[in-house]
Amino acid sequence: MANLTINGKTLTLDVEPDTPLLWAIRENAGLTGTKYGCGIAQCGACTVHIDGVAMRSCGISVSEAEGKKITTIEGLASGDMLHKVQEAWIAQDVPQCGYCQSGMIMAVAALLNEKPKPTDADIDEAITNICRCGTFQQVREAIHTIASA
Amino acid sequence: MNKHISPRLNRRAFVIGTAAVGAGLAIGLDLPFGGPAVVRAADGSPEIGAWIVVRPDETVVIRIARSEMGQGSLTGLAQLVAEELECDWTKVTTEYPTPGQSVARKRVWGDFSTGGSRGIRSSQDYVRKGGATARVMLIQAAADAWKVPASECTAANSVITHTPSGRTTTYGKIAEAAARLTPPADVKLKDPKDWKLIGKGVKRLDTVDKTTGTMVYGIDVKLPGMLNAAIKDCPVFGGKLKSFDEAKIADMKGVKKVVKVGDTAVAVVADTWWHAKTALEALPIVWDEGDNAKVSSESIAKWLAEGLNDSQPAYVGNKNGDAKAAIAGAAKKVEAVYSYPYQNHATMEPMNATALYTADKCEVWCGTQNGEAAFAAVLEASGLPAEKCDVHKVMLGGGFGRRGQTDYVRQAVMIAKQMPGTPIKLLWSREEDMAHGKYHPITQCKMTGAFDANNNLIALHYRLSGQSILFSLRPEALQNGMDPAAFQGVAQSGEAAFGYSVPNLLIEHAMRNPHVPPGFWRGVNVNHNAIYMECFMDELAQAAGQDPLEFRRKLMGNHPKHLAVLNAVAEKIGWNTPAPQGVYRGIAQVMGYGSYVAGAAEISVTDGSKIKVHRIVASTDPGYVVNPAQVERQVAGSFVYGLSALFYGGCTVKDGRIEQTNFDTYNSMRINEMPKVETVMVPSGGFWGGVGEPTIGVAAPAVLNAYFAATGKRIRSVPLRDQNITFA
Repeated sequence: MANLTINGKTLTLDVEPDTPLLWAIRENAGLTGTKYGCGIAQCGACTVHIDGVAMRSCGISVSEAEGKKITTIEGLASGDMLHKVQEAWIAQDVPQCGYCQSGMIMAVAALLNEKPKPTDADIDEAITNICRCGTFQQVREAIHTIASA
Repeated sequence: MNKHISPRLNRRAFVIGTAAVGAGLAIGLDLPFGGPAVVRAADGSPEIGAWIVVRPDETVVIRIARSEMGQGSLTGLAQLVAEELECDWTKVTTEYPTPGQSVARKRVWGDFSTGGSRGIRSSQDYVRKGGATARVMLIQAAADAWKVPASECTAANSVITHTPSGRTTTYGKIAEAAARLTPPADVKLKDPKDWKLIGKGVKRLDTVDKTTGTMVYGIDVKLPGMLNAAIKDCPVFGGKLKSFDEAKIADMKGVKKVVKVGDTAVAVVADTWWHAKTALEALPIVWDEGDNAKVSSESIAKWLAEGLNDSQPAYVGNKNGDAKAAIAGAAKKVEAVYSYPYQNHATMEPMNATALYTADKCEVWCGTQNGEAAFAAVLEASGLPAEKCDVHKVMLGGGFGRRGQTDYVRQAVMIAKQMPGTPIKLLWSREEDMAHGKYHPITQCKMTGAFDANNNLIALHYRLSGQSILFSLRPEALQNGMDPAAFQGVAQSGEAAFGYSVPNLLIEHAMRNPHVPPGFWRGVNVNHNAIYMECFMDELAQAAGQDPLEFRRKLMGNHPKHLAVLNAVAEKIGWNTPAPQGVYRGIAQVMGYGSYVAGAAEISVTDGSKIKVHRIVASTDPGYVVNPAQVERQVAGSFVYGLSALFYGGCTVKDGRIEQTNFDTYNSMRINEMPKVETVMVPSGGFWGGVGEPTIGVAAPAVLNAYFAATGKRIRSVPLRDQNITFA
């Protein structure tokens, strides 16, 4: 059993402490917006915010995440008001297959939280998610659009 | 911040989440007295022909048979239908018919297969006719109601107007009456110059759910009572499962069952996938690896190299004059050997499928590029007839050709069949996905070019040695043993024709099929053929002491469309003006999938091993452009996929199995490595070419040719990481 605070709600989940947070989120909490891509913290598809910091949830155990504030893609919007990154993604038609985009959006949201006006170099350093469709051009443009708004 | 925009893609998530069985269109039939039957969608709204349902609230549902995997065809196909239908685009939503329904209706939606960049080009004619047919029926119904000739009525934006009287009605109001009319036998399609929606970069119809985490991919499917399966197939292709000791994991948490899957694999079924995977890793398994365990990359390379020798048999794919004689008597000749490795598709979403088997029904939910092939796999694996099976398609987390194969669908059914009544979601780990791909085929190529005394290219011998995809996956498509697709990009004619005229030409393929299963990997045979030919063209230009662009141009007089895209990139990148200090250019062109494409790159190189790609320019002539915004994304994405393969890809074989296991050993480009791609669209009209794949062919040779310009060194094998060359 573990208590996890996900998107503002504290859930008591029947999950072993060494389970990767990713699978607790997907299978125990039932929030499937966070994606499995590699399981070794390489691709970033499973990126969530832990106490506001973008982290790869496949590389964090449930016990490490207990007591922390976890935000998934489902919790990024405020009620029915989308987050500015989601809005920009829709406005600029960023996703292709979309599978990596939950993680991409979470990574970008964390970057903008830290640096509201990131340079290209800031983007290059902070956004290390894999996108096999190759949406990088739209990702970069959308970030700059948000920053200049 | 704006209000949450309601997505317009039909909410299959809801359907899947709430209704376990029989989700989909749930088509009903009216059988009125006289007149044709009215076919109804699940909500009771009438079909106006098989492609369109119009709801009373004016929503227009367009049926899409091909699969959306990011390439944008779902939106493009809807544009094609809506153009002829003259409906209000803001009211358009889409829906996938199931393969089972299609078969039951004599394949009314045609081919479901979504590969070979065919999604738009192979269906454009009949889907536009579907739209036009519905428009004619809707107008006729309004004219009948008004008792006026249909010729006096027009339709636009879902509104029908009787021009003389100014009376109007809407599609939603007249749909019931229209559905009762006999469809016209023949309809006239618009002249392309009259298109309003085709050619417009309208927004995709499937974006919102992809930004909120609500889009349902195969991995996200949930059914009541569902269990999860993790699988391990014999790591040596062709090997078998000998034994496993399930007692060792029987007590592990969540484990429900351990099952044999065919002759080659074992799966653990558990309450959660994490439990299934953890138990599978602890399961002692003995494999019968067989003789293939002796095969390595080295042994494959040696075997392929032997095929480059003229003494070995080869299939001739393109020939004119007498290349061998011309080379023998030439004033100068140039020779080079290139190679291209196996590549894994590495879709972001690993393979998965969910199956529910009962004694009289088998249903599967999965992402697939070919609904009908998946359906056939369900029939075969379940042993049930077509009317008792179906496949429910969901969004693909990447396809790139991998999800045109049905191995994962078959496995899911084989597992579910051993647990009747329990839905089973089979998910491959990334490691399983890396180990059991359908890999880009492996080849080598020896090229010999010959010049006369005036440095004119008089002969070219292009000898390919290596794997045939069709031999493995579609042997019925071989022509007297020859794989015609092996010549993609260097073929005599057709949709992937060679773009140069050489007086003496011999292009041949010594087919050698190692045991590693090949597949259609985005761009397919265009990838290596374009690298070989376009890099060697640069070598020939160098040998002739000529500019690579000018050298090509001289050979392209009879290939104006190839030349036009090449000229377009040359102009855009400024080929005739000097590049910035320290920056070098490369150029390439190829034809594939019915489209003409070219690319040019500007790079700088540090220490001979650190490449910075500053700029990429690409041009494409696909005949017609349906959605320029999506074409732009496909072109840019092709460079990411193609350059990832060039720099980081390459799957190697040791002890009969693939060595790469995950993205740490099979990496992919990140945003910091990718420059902006400047896309130049030069649609010349009159034909329909594909977009998703052809451009990938020019990505690698444009960069490799620029690398030569920068360093004077030729790179003749992929990936660059093997040569300690990487991104700066």
